[in-house]
Parts: sequence; C-alpha cells; structure tokens
Amino acid sequence: MSMQGPLATSRSATGIPTGRLAVWWLLASEIFIFGGLIACYILYRLNNPWWGGEAVFTKVPAGAFNTFVLLTSSLFIVLAHDAAEKKDFDRAFKFIWYTIGGGLVFLLVKYYEYSSKLFTDDPELLKTPLTNTYWSFYYTATGLHALHVIGGMVIMALISFDLRKGFNPHRVELIGLYWHFVDIVWIFLFPLLYIAK
Amino acid sequence: MIEYFVPGASTYAGDIDFLFDMITIIVGFWFVMVLAVMTYFMVRFRRKEGVRAAYISGDPHSQKKWTHYPHYSVIALDVVIIVFTVMVWVDVKQTLPQAEDKIRVVGQQWSWFFIHSGPDGKLGTEDDISNVNDLHVKKDTVYHFELESRDVLHNFSVPAFRLRQDTIPGRTITGWFEPNKTGVYDIQCAEICGYGHGIMGATIVVHEDQQSYDAAMESIRNRTYESDYQKRLQKMTVSTASNSESFTDKLLSSF
Amino acid sequence: MGQTTVTHDSHAAHGHDHHEQGFIMKYFFSTDHKIIGLQYMFTGMFMAIVGGYFAYAFRMQLAFPGMEVPLYGTVGPGEYNMLITNHGSIMIFWVAMPVLIAAFGNILIPLMIGCDDMVFPRLNRLSYQIFLLSVVVLFMSFFVQGGGFGGAWTSYPPLSAVAEYNLTDWGASLWLIAVALEFVAFLIGGINFVTTSMNARAPGMRMTDIPMVVWMIVLASIMFMASVGPLIAGSIMLLMDQRIGTTFFVPSGGGDPILWQHLFWFFGHPEVYVVLLPALGIVAEIMTTFARKKLFGYKTILYTTFATGGLAFVVWAHHQFIAGIDPRMANIFLVTTLLISIPIAEILFSYIATLYGGSIEFRTPMLWALGFLITFLLGGVTGIYLGSSALDIYFHDSYFVVAHFHYTFFPIAIIGMFAGLYFWYPKMFGRMMDETLGKIHFWGTIIPFNGIFLPLFLVGMAGQHRRIYNFQHFPDLATADLQGIRVFATVSMVTMLLFQFVFAYNFFVSMFKGEKAPANPWKSNTLEWTVPSPPPHGNFAELPTVYRGPYEYSVPGNKEDYWPQNMPDRN
Repeated sequence: MSMQGPLATSRSATGIPTGRLAVWWLLASEIFIFGGLIACYILYRLNNPWWGGEAVFTKVPAGAFNTFVLLTSSLFIVLAHDAAEKKDFDRAFKFIWYTIGGGLVFLLVKYYEYSSKLFTDDPELLKTPLTNTYWSFYYTATGLHALHVIGGMVIMALISFDLRKGFNPHRVELIGLYWHFVDIVWIFLFPLLYIAK
Repeated sequence: MIEYFVPGASTYAGDIDFLFDMITIIVGFWFVMVLAVMTYFMVRFRRKEGVRAAYISGDPHSQKKWTHYPHYSVIALDVVIIVFTVMVWVDVKQTLPQAEDKIRVVGQQWSWFFIHSGPDGKLGTEDDISNVNDLHVKKDTVYHFELESRDVLHNFSVPAFRLRQDTIPGRTITGWFEPNKTGVYDIQCAEICGYGHGIMGATIVVHEDQQSYDAAMESIRNRTYESDYQKRLQKMTVSTASNSESFTDKLLSSF
Repeated sequence: MGQTTVTHDSHAAHGHDHHEQGFIMKYFFSTDHKIIGLQYMFTGMFMAIVGGYFAYAFRMQLAFPGMEVPLYGTVGPGEYNMLITNHGSIMIFWVAMPVLIAAFGNILIPLMIGCDDMVFPRLNRLSYQIFLLSVVVLFMSFFVQGGGFGGAWTSYPPLSAVAEYNLTDWGASLWLIAVALEFVAFLIGGINFVTTSMNARAPGMRMTDIPMVVWMIVLASIMFMASVGPLIAGSIMLLMDQRIGTTFFVPSGGGDPILWQHLFWFFGHPEVYVVLLPALGIVAEIMTTFARKKLFGYKTILYTTFATGGLAFVVWAHHQFIAGIDPRMANIFLVTTLLISIPIAEILFSYIATLYGGSIEFRTPMLWALGFLITFLLGGVTGIYLGSSALDIYFHDSYFVVAHFHYTFFPIAIIGMFAGLYFWYPKMFGRMMDETLGKIHFWGTIIPFNGIFLPLFLVGMAGQHRRIYNFQHFPDLATADLQGIRVFATVSMVTMLLFQFVFAYNFFVSMFKGEKAPANPWKSNTLEWTVPSPPPHGNFAELPTVYRGPYEYSVPGNKEDYWPQNMPDRN
C-alpha cells in the first residue's frame, strides 16, 4: 500500500502506537459481545440443569483437538511476529500461513462436528439450532466464533501479501493480538459447552 | 395531586399519591431554586461595556464548595425519597397480606379475561365464574390476583388503584389490592402488545357490598349480564361528535 | 506527558498524495473527516425530518382521532404503532447519535486537538458507509409486506420474536438489522474518536488541555462500546428467533422474554448518557465562549462525568421495576438510580457556576445552550419521580414517562444539535447565519416545545398510558379536558414544526448569501478557530503546539479577554 496516511496516524501522545490502541478497542468491543452471549448462556444453563444431558452429545475429543490446534496456531503467529520484528519477512510470511493453516484445520474439524449433528438420519443424534435452546446457544456461539476465525484468516492472508513486499510489518503484531483473542474465546467456549455436564 | 385527576380507589393509592406529593415538594423546591440562581446570574452578569469577566477556575475548595454544598443536600434528599419509596414498595409489591378473595386475570391479544373465584373463594374449582371485559370486586376486601398471559407481554393496569403489573407468558405473577371506593373504573393494557393494544381495555366494577356483587355474579352465570365495559363505550360514542365534522370544526370545538 | 517523536511531524501538514479529486470522489467517497462529518450531519438532519414527520402524523391522529391527517393519510392502529416505533428509533439512532457524536465528533476532534485528520480515515469512511446502509435497510422495512415494525423501539419479545404476534414479519427483521448495522457503524467510528483524541494530540496538549466536548465524545464512545456488546449478542439471538424459529426469548420453547429486557436496557440506559455527554460538551464550549469565562471546575466535571459513566451501567432495571423481576432487586436499582442524580447535579451546578462573574452575550448559540440547561433540568428532576420504584408502579408506561424523556432527549438531540450548528456554522461553511432569524427560530422552538410536553405530564398523572392510537376506547381518558390537552399539545407541535422552516431558510440561504465568516468570529480559544473558515484539506498549514488549556478567558494581565491555546505569548 503506497499511500501514506495523515500525520495523525503516526502520532502517539500516549506512547502506545495507534494501531495497537485500535485493536484493543476492537477486542474490548468483542469481549462485550461474546461476554454478553456467554453470560446469557450461563444464566440459562444454571436455570436448566437438564442441559447437561444435551452437552453429552458434543464431541469432546474433537473440541479438545481444536483447542490444541488454536493454541498451536497462536504460537505460530507469535513466531511470525518475532520474525517480522527481525525483518525476516519471508520467515514471517511462512509462519502466518501456518497460522492460517491451523485455522483451516479448526474449521474442518468444526465442519465434521456440525455435519455429524445436522446431517444424520438418527433422530437421537439429530441436533439442530431448533432442537432446544441449548443447541441454539451451541450453534450461535460456535458459529459466531467460527465466523471470527474466518475473518481472522482472511485478514492474515492480506497482511502476509503486503508483508512479503516489506510493507506494514507492524500489522503482524496487531493481527496476532486479534488471533489470541479468538483463541481465548474458544478456551471459554470449550469448557462451557463441551465439558460442563 | 394525582387525586385531582384520578380518584384513588384502593388502600395503597393514598401512599403512592403521597410519594408523588412529597417528591414534588422536594424537586420543585430544587428546580425553582436552581432556576432562580441561574436567572439571577444571567441578568447580573450580562455583558456590560467596559466590564470584564472574572477569572475563576472552580478548582480551589473555597470555590468548589459552592457546588459541593448543594450537592450534599441533593444526597440527603435522595435518601429521604429512597426511604419512603422502599416503605411503599415493600408494602405493595413485596408483601402479600392475607387474601380474602382471589381473581385470575388473563391477558391475550387483544382482550382481558377474568376468573372470579365464586362462592368457595378458591380459584380452579367448579364454581369459578369467568368473564371477558368486566372484572367484579368487592369494596374493603383484600384480593390476590394471579396474572397470566396467553401470548405476548401485557400489563394489567388499573389507574384508580394505582396498580400496574406486566404479565409474562409462561408465568403466573401474584399481587394484591384492596379496593376502598365503590365505582366503575378503566382497566388498561399498559405494555405494547401489537395491533390491538389500543383497544385492549376492560372495566373493573367495585361493588359496595356482597349483595351487589352476588347479583352481578348471578347475572353472569345465567347469561343476563350486560357488560359494563360495553355500556360505557356505547355511552361515549353516542355523546362524542360524529366523524363527519370538518377538521377546523374539531379544532375549534376543543377550546 | 511524553510525546513519541515522529520524524515527519516537522514536514508540512500534508503527508499524503495530492491529486485533483473529482466531485464524486471528493464529496461522496472522501476520507476527509470534515466531509464525513458533514455527511453524517446532513443524513442526521434528513432523518430528523422523517422522525418529525412521523410524530406529526401520530399526534394529529391523537388530537383528531379517525380523521385523515393532511399530508399523510389515515392512521390506523397498526400504522400508529409503526409510526411511534420508528419515531423513537430514528430520533435516537439516526438523529441524536449521528449528529452529536459522528458529525460533531468528526468535524471537531482533529481540528480541536491540532492534527490533520482522524487516525484511520478509510475506516472513518467505512463507518459512514455502513451507517448509510443502515438507513437504507430501515427504509426498506417500511415497504415490505406487513409494513414497518410496530413493536416499539424497545422491541420486547415475544411480540418482536414471533411474526404471528407482531404481523410485521420482515419489517421486524429489517428494523433489527438496520439497528445492528447502526451499532457496527458506531463501533467502528468509535475507534477513530478514541485513538485520535488520545494519540494524535498536538505537542503540549496535556489531558487537561483537551476541550470538554472532545472528552465527552471520547467517554460517550467508550460507554457505547461497553454497553452495546451484550445487546448485539441479544440481537443475533432475536434475529434467530424471528427468522429460523429458535426460542431464545419465547417461553413456549423454554426461552425468557425478560432476558431480552435486561440485555436491551443494559445498553439502553448507558445509551441515554452516550447521547447526553456530547450535548453537554457542546454546551460547555458555547457557555465558556459567550460568558468569556473559564469552565468552572474542569477536573470536577471530568471526574464526575467518569462517575456518571460508571454509575450509568448499574441502573438499568429501573426500566423493569414492574416487569416481573424479583421485587427485592428493585430496591437495589432504586438506590443506584437516585444516586446517579448526584454526579449529574454536580455537573449542572458547575455549568451554572460558569455563568457567575461572567460577561454574558446572548447570541443565538448561547440561547440554545442556556435553553438546554433549563429544559434538561426539568427533564432530570422529573426522572426522580420515575426512579422511585413505588411511584413507577403508577407511572410505568404512562405519558409521564413520555414527557420526562422528551424533556431530556429533546434538549440533547435537538437543542444540542441546534446549539452546535449555530456555533460552528461559520467554521463549517465559512459564512455567518442571520442572528435575528436565529433568535426567532430559538423562541419559536422552545416555547412550543414546552407547550407539547408540559401538558403531557398532566395526562400522565391522569393515568393515560402509552402507545395507544385512540383514547376514545378508554372512558376515563376520553374526557373533554384530556382531549383538549391532546389537541393543545398537537397544535404546539405543528407550531414548532412550522418554525423549523425559519431555520431551514437561514441554514441554506446563509451558505450562499451570509456574511463571510472570519476564522474566529466568536473570539474563542480552541484550535479549530485558528484555521480559516472553512478549513482547508489537511486543516493546519503548520501543525500547532499547545501552551495552555482551552478556557483561558478574561485572564488578568492579558489585553484581550481570550487566549488561543496555540499562542505562545500573552494576548
């Protein structure tokens, strides 16, 4: 990207770079959105103990594997950031794509999980968002999260292309921050939806 | 002051009206004071040739105190209001005095349905008397009401009793009132419930004594009852001007 | 306060490419904060006309029930609900917020803190585009089968969740999507307001040198961001209930309608302060300028605003006193609600104290600012009645509430808007507005405004409930006296609407025929008045350094009674 922004963008009266301030603002607003959703889920769950019986139908090994996948991909984006700081843009590019790869694996596992519940003939195993409110929450929360994973992957790809040309290396840190947040949301969702019985 | 507009017909109406009057005195005093001070400043410190404004930061305590002292008295008055409010609130919404009779009130899109307990005083028994649009109660009797909704949120509102309570589908909400003035009063739905929200009225009839009440119940049971609600509405449509009146006529006749 | 040095700060103010932009690029796809601000301004003003038109239609129905409303048509029960729902939604989401926060925020912040644009100009443009999309979606909702949504701006389920109940299937969903898009637009916009104000300040501008209106917009953005998140989650849930049949809020499927209320009001209450704060900021700028006086207790006002902002998050259930919540909970919210009157009172007292010892000139912007204080004061004290849970048993959903919130919202959205417009018009358009017409507009608005809403307290006391298209169905409310009040309120409203033509004439004609405005017609201190009217692209020929706070008026020892922030020597 060749156009320089206004001078305002490069100032920093607080000492924190503006890009980082902006990403924290974004994360704060997302925390309130997911936080609100999760708080509603918890309230409902406390009032409906029978939801534990529904949670049995989640695939804990798949969820656990996905947790591991996201944590590893977070490691990769940290390595990418480290490489970018050292101006090793090719290495950073590589690690960004490993992160995107991790996201892709996550989504594939998700697809496997969703399809086993949505596209089954067995009425006992069929769990759609309309089956009951537990499943409404399950699909809403994991679906919203998955959309954020996809969004993160797209932005990472765009940043990687700029990076390869040597532009805006500071953005690797910023997308890394976002990706860690996506990871943390999953770390809340997994025990609340899968493990709690 | 609410009494001037709507006579109170329940035992707690007076308490609620008192709260209104008390708050009016407190905030009225404040409002007038602040307005007076502001007006004084606007007049006294208007621009005059050759006179310069003062340089006042409002930071040192000697200056800040002028906003702090009024501010402390606002706190004190708030506490007074809180104390009186809690007393009335606990009485109306948190305690249930011993019931002398019960009614069930069911709201639905877009009418009110009432179930009177009948001679046995119990709801859900054979002798219950159901009715649409008209609720009958006796003066000086403590009623428990059970509010229900068939579909969306409604609100059982009886201004004369100073009573409003939302009804929630899937739940039964309990409350109480004790009428203390004979008469016929409006019931409203005070929570928007769709297309017919504006026609979801009903009537409450407070009977002077047991005989009058029994007569009404009897007439409902043997289907000779003429709805007080319908009668009141008809009386109104007869007396209000017809719609063929011109726009300006209507405007001028209102004054 | 440390300032990160940046090498190209010392260059001339334009750090970016310059090429001649075509008309469309310049005015419709601009990334310049001033243009984006004006886009928000004009959109908001247009929506005010739409919202006002709806109010005209439903008030005419109330005054002359059943008759055809001139320039509208008949207003039946469903139509009435659509009108009040969209009147409320439009005024809050598509007038108050875009004008007070996005328009004034965009136009003023970079100028007032001494930089050349917002920190993220393209994100800024995106926020307006999403906002414009939300307007389009809202208008679409009026034309689908069933018509526009009629479940009130609060959209309580199950009414709002089930098409069989609300009879406006796609109207309800499009309304909800429009509101959600508006939320996203302001979340994105907030990024710019907060990062720019915090980071892009001119050298020398400490936190306490920031003009109050900038602080207020920053705090409002933060409050908005924190409160809207759970409601966005709730809106997704409601949209799913509407469109795919989940039952998050529908009891028949195990859902809880009260949950929506909590999510809504957790946002809804802070929201009213989100719009109040910028209006207070505008009033501060005007009062200090026209009283030639330092703002009384800048730090006190700032800290009490933080306190108000925090407290605003713990009062929400006073909207739900009789909604079926546990009655014991009501006592907690009673206490927090009445307590919040305390910091607000402190702020108002400080504003009034600013007048003390001043040299007050009653120009049009000052009239609006003072009018704001008086009407908002009445709005605030009438809130005490409603905050008292026991009294709210009677007043809930009555016209007393309507009168109260119009005595708060009208000063915020309309008086605040006009105050800001008259004050910054010279800066925005390079011309002066006509002073006499401005005064006529002021009195012609404020007096009829009271004529509309003061009587509505009385009908509220008479038990008149809200959102009713025709009171002739309620014998106790169909009296001649009450109907007379309704007619009086409507006539006042029409009068007030007619006076707005004075403003429209003044606003548009002055743009071309008004006296040319100098850079600083009001002799004000803040940085926007140091650049030409209107400011060029890039704002400052040379980026300023700041030496003092924004309210150094009538400083002893100065020749002039104002002292611009960027002037190194005495004035």
